[in-house]
Amino acid sequence: MDTADPSTYFDYAATMPMPAAVREVYLDALGLIGNPSSIHGHGQAARDLLETSRERIAASLGADAVEVVLTGGGTEAVNLAIKGTFWARAPRRRILTTRAEHHATLDSVAWLERHEGAVIDFVDVDADGRLSLTALARALEDPDDIALVTVLWANNEVGTLQPVDEIVRLAHAAGVPVHLDAIAAYGSVPLDVHELGVDLLSVSAHKIGGPVGVGALVVSRTATVEPLLHGGDQQRARSGTQDAAGAAAFAAAVGLLTPDHSALAALRDRLLDGLLALPGVTVRGSRADRLPGNVHATFAGTDGDALLYLLDRAGFSVSTGSACQAGVAEVSHVLLAMGVPADEARGALRFTLGVDTTSAAIDALLALLPGVLERARAAS
Amino acid sequence: MSGGVDSAVAAARAVDAGHEVVGVHLALSRQRGTLRTGSRGCCTIEDSMDARRAANLLGMPFYVWDFSERFAEDVVDDFVAEYAAGRTPNPCLRCNEKIKFAALMEKALALGFDAVATGHYASVVRDADGNPELHRAATWAKDQSYVLGVLTASQLEHAMFPLGDTPSKDLIRAEAAARGLTVAQKPDSHDICFIPDGDTRGWLASRVDLEEGAILDRSGQRVGTHPGALAFTVGQRRGLDIGYPAADGKPRYVLEIRPKTNEVVVGPREALAIAELAGSRISWAGMPPADLAKPFDCEVQVRAHGDPVPATARVVDGELVVTLREPLVGVAPGQSAVIYVGTRVLGQCTIDRTVSAVPVLTAAG
Repeated sequence: MDTADPSTYFDYAATMPMPAAVREVYLDALGLIGNPSSIHGHGQAARDLLETSRERIAASLGADAVEVVLTGGGTEAVNLAIKGTFWARAPRRRILTTRAEHHATLDSVAWLERHEGAVIDFVDVDADGRLSLTALARALEDPDDIALVTVLWANNEVGTLQPVDEIVRLAHAAGVPVHLDAIAAYGSVPLDVHELGVDLLSVSAHKIGGPVGVGALVVSRTATVEPLLHGGDQQRARSGTQDAAGAAAFAAAVGLLTPDHSALAALRDRLLDGLLALPGVTVRGSRADRLPGNVHATFAGTDGDALLYLLDRAGFSVSTGSACQAGVAEVSHVLLAMGVPADEARGALRFTLGVDTTSAAIDALLALLPGVLERARAAS
Repeated sequence: MSGGVDSAVAAARAVDAGHEVVGVHLALSRQRGTLRTGSRGCCTIEDSMDARRAANLLGMPFYVWDFSERFAEDVVDDFVAEYAAGRTPNPCLRCNEKIKFAALMEKALALGFDAVATGHYASVVRDADGNPELHRAATWAKDQSYVLGVLTASQLEHAMFPLGDTPSKDLIRAEAAARGLTVAQKPDSHDICFIPDGDTRGWLASRVDLEEGAILDRSGQRVGTHPGALAFTVGQRRGLDIGYPAADGKPRYVLEIRPKTNEVVVGPREALAIAELAGSRISWAGMPPADLAKPFDCEVQVRAHGDPVPATARVVDGELVVTLREPLVGVAPGQSAVIYVGTRVLGQCTIDRTVSAVPVLTAAG
């Protein structure tokens, strides 16, 4: 198979290929001499690049530069938001979240439960994976002991967008800060931290074409988080030498973001409609409130890994959508949280589209699927 | 590809033979986060990584397929149930029968593969009519035909053992090193993969109810107390802890487990000798003998690295009855009796009962 062909890559949500323009910026920046914290001229030049980049990243998030803490990726940002807020708001113990979150959240809150006495309240999600506002309001009725609310802006598996305005409004009415994991949403929906009034928001560079290992947590001026990392106080709430080149590449990727996703959404709908014409296919997630590049479906009577194998052998890179442990796809906790029975959840595939996706590639994929489904059904 | 040297070289040879080869690692364990310690354990994250790196080096696609549920049901639960019934199972054989050459093979064939190649030391050869036969490997010391004895003709039809004709394991390691495979010097795995610390009794104790019971001699005399009959296997000497010597001063061995009465019968080593064994769950690794009711000459092997002994076998009322020409020691119900003719594996049965070569001498007798 041709792993250099971008049109058969349907896994943008795993990581977005780095555009050539970002690669150039990154390579140039790697040639820069100096630690941004150093006082001399070399250091000042690196600092200038870092802060210019931070300003661009902040602007893309509707935040001020001073609110943007650059991290070593999205997972660190989520960990800092959740653990940092939990510790900063001690002795409050409750954390409100859902069972359809990314593992960065689920594993963080589980760790706090085991080691720090946190009490996790899981707010229900509906069949599309959308948080129930009624259930959230109920959970917020007695807010004195609540440390924070943390939810995904857009579900990374099924692509459903959460009603973030209402979530923030309800939580703030109860005096509780909100963290939004916007890693999947970033670049696909308009984000404006100030307009939304959210307290904390996590993003990751490589999901928008920047480098892996670079992320950001927006910590609003009014929010406080206890740091996870200690050793120099280079940033508010984070120690460690700052990555000027990573920030520059991140900012370069930000520069390529577009507000108009109608073309991408049209490709998505082409694939969704094509899938629905096949036997035994159920599209998962909200049809209306959905990421423009996300298609997720379950295929009755199949195993996701058999589907993935057959498509991979035909040159198409897709995902089962769920977390992997040692290369094995687990049955998706997101689908289970949405009430999908385990045997249906086994046969799940996520297709995520991006800049290099073509309608020709979608048609080729759709032409392949009937045979793939037949074979996968025989193999299950 | 287990992550070991054998399956890596088998994969390399399959590529050399001109096949389109895809590496598949089976996720069988429920505790995948663990690392390997020494030669124990398998299906660890480290083994998965070793398999992946070997596949990468060989330029082949690589996937991890999860059979942990099937493995838990068909191999681990079966292992526990067999012990609970007072029998001595062989989980590797069961894994070949139910997982590698069944669940995996069925899935692979359905997905468009022609065959499953493994790093087992054994050979598939064709008879004059093109029917597959299973044979011992060229290297007696590594021969694994015993644990493949459960395979049927239709499974052998789609099985490849590229290592079968290699005369020694050293050659495999040398070949692996020459190919640049990092697993060339990786230790062989031993023991039961799902009991990584090797403590079978301790592992079983947490899964079956062990109750103290009587240790009896062959005359029925109580000679001691055991912590649970199910944790013993026939032929076992250590761990009986009787505390005083037998009348003849010789060590005592477990002769029989009686799960219903929770009794362990012990006696001298000579009493382990078996004259006849019989079993069900018969399978034929290729064409069976034409007249199964007529006794035929063969050799029988009852454990993976045991010596075969000459015997005659026949099928009586759906039971394979094997009469031994020389007594065989340490035969336990639950083990497979694999029947050979020369180097060929004819078939096997799971042993249900044995007849001792040494009559019981009671105090009165």
